[in-house]
Amino acid sequence: MMFVRIRRALALAVLSALATVPALAAGPDVGQAQQQGTNFTAITMFVGFVIITLFITYWAAKRTRSRADFYAAGGGITGLQNGLAIAGDYMSAASFLGISALVYASGYDGLIYSIGFLVGWPIIVTLMAERLRNLGKFTFADVVSYRLAQTPLRCLAAAGTLVVVAFYLIAQMVGAGQLIKLLFGLDYNVAVVLVGVLMVLYVTFGGMLATTWVQIVKACLLLGGATLVAVLVLVQFGFDPTALFARAVEVHPRHAAIMLPGAIVANPVEAISLGLALMFGTAGLPHILMRFFTVADAKAARKSVFWATTFIGYFYILTFIIGFGAITLVATNSFYLAGGGLRGGANMAAVWLAHAVGGNLLLGFISAVAFATILAVVSGLTLAGASAVSHDLYASVFRLGRANERDELRVSKITTLVLGVVAIVLGIAFETQNIAFMVGLAFAIAASANFPVLFLSMYWRGLTTLGAVVGGWAGLLTALVLTILSPAVWVAVLHNPAPIFSHNAPALFSMPVAFIGCWLFSILDGSARARSEKELFEAQYIRSQTGIGAEGASH
Amino acid sequence: MSADVVSRVRENPEFSKLIEKRNRYSWTLAILMLVIYYGFILLVAFDKQFLAIKIGATVTLAFPIGLGVILAAIIITGLYVLRANNVYDPMTRAIVEDAR
Repeated sequence: MMFVRIRRALALAVLSALATVPALAAGPDVGQAQQQGTNFTAITMFVGFVIITLFITYWAAKRTRSRADFYAAGGGITGLQNGLAIAGDYMSAASFLGISALVYASGYDGLIYSIGFLVGWPIIVTLMAERLRNLGKFTFADVVSYRLAQTPLRCLAAAGTLVVVAFYLIAQMVGAGQLIKLLFGLDYNVAVVLVGVLMVLYVTFGGMLATTWVQIVKACLLLGGATLVAVLVLVQFGFDPTALFARAVEVHPRHAAIMLPGAIVANPVEAISLGLALMFGTAGLPHILMRFFTVADAKAARKSVFWATTFIGYFYILTFIIGFGAITLVATNSFYLAGGGLRGGANMAAVWLAHAVGGNLLLGFISAVAFATILAVVSGLTLAGASAVSHDLYASVFRLGRANERDELRVSKITTLVLGVVAIVLGIAFETQNIAFMVGLAFAIAASANFPVLFLSMYWRGLTTLGAVVGGWAGLLTALVLTILSPAVWVAVLHNPAPIFSHNAPALFSMPVAFIGCWLFSILDGSARARSEKELFEAQYIRSQTGIGAEGASH
Repeated sequence: MSADVVSRVRENPEFSKLIEKRNRYSWTLAILMLVIYYGFILLVAFDKQFLAIKIGATVTLAFPIGLGVILAAIIITGLYVLRANNVYDPMTRAIVEDAR
């Protein structure tokens, strides 16, 4: 009783402290779930995964000594490995369970959603990845502060990183707790603490090397598991997808409507705005950008995007088949249904489908994979947050670039621990809150603060410190404030009768604010510093195009 | 990177050629992706009739189009990587050698 009250008070305190509680129902989240019976197959497989990852961490810890090891795995990751790790970092449990649940509920709409998450990658490879690798060292702040003033740009980039990481992390922690309650029959709080402790272990001891390999193992498990479920579904239809679709149309309550776009794009402005956030947000996610510094050179950076795009695209095709499989094999079996919906909640579609096609063993395996997925994503996020604090704020701003390696590493490890505690506390505080807006908000801020500044710093000679700072902060705050005023937060979370801003996706408005801010305050900036910053562009440009002088951590 | 290297690279006509070629190719591909994706979203928003055309007993035109957007993302990424590996990397290597 007491505990419940404390938790509720904590949740409110957090809400008001962030004063933000922003919005944008960008996405499927894991949502609320009912506790299930303890599932020993699942727990055994999950324990197996944890043991493997702890071995990886032990192995990585022996090889993690310098800053370059901790932030960038010594730059020794290959293109294919990094591609798998990016896929492992990007494909969350929400996209596996959430998108297959969306397909299960409304058919084709789920595909529209997943396409949005994929189309940012070609933009990253054609316009960003190589320049990023040639200019940066450990974080994307290295790139934006390359020729601009260190302190204000590092602060902006660290803020952009930490805000994105915070919202993404809360969404993952709450998802983890719900999922474990659901799949393993463990208590929510135990689950959240377990996730927090494991991610802190991976990151503090194993740094980027352990994080990378945890993500690679997870990506292989997730792709393998989803492939197996999809193949077992198709077997039942003689490998004829049209037979699967025909059966789904027959049994789904909405019949032929599931073969068409439905309500998801009812409002074109909303759809375009969400599309912008997903497309350009991907190119501004700090934990993804950081992965480009783990490879030796621009060539490996571009290859890793190709592999990542291929794996992620393939994965979304699988979730589509899995969603349709669940319509035909789960929704038709009363064993999986309860109270007019799925047993355990809407997001159980993929999990029950695994049971339907592969029995308890496959159910356990898919449950363990879903949990492993969360661990890999939160580790990447935590590492990005810790790097923003230790490399950008501590070493570059507070110690003006004169921090020694040992102190910087100690700060990053302490930050990891703090982030772990904060993530656990927020995960518990937000248990019963509506968090559907959080991943969308993270993408909107990445698209409105990180992306414009990063893009212009590499492409536009005229960008000055003043322009970047005004534009970046304006984009960040606009995305945040519009989200708070939107239906997803103002109405759904704060229980006001009507939203002040009528769209859940702010990027269509906040991105132009950022770009115009950057442009206007750069051209108005007549200072001597602005002139020298423009002169420095040429050397930066030549390095970004040729890689001459690029810091290859492995050489 | 010294000022000499910068000026040697800048004055190398091969460098301007590389930049022009690569920029044209990467912007073409990036814009192609934007057009494909937003074309798809606009189609979903404004022309559901078109997407509803049946191309089989149950399957609608929306399916190959959606799948096509996914494949387009993968193919565009692959096209850029192929061209960069085979054309831009050798050009860049030659420019870097010259500047040393």
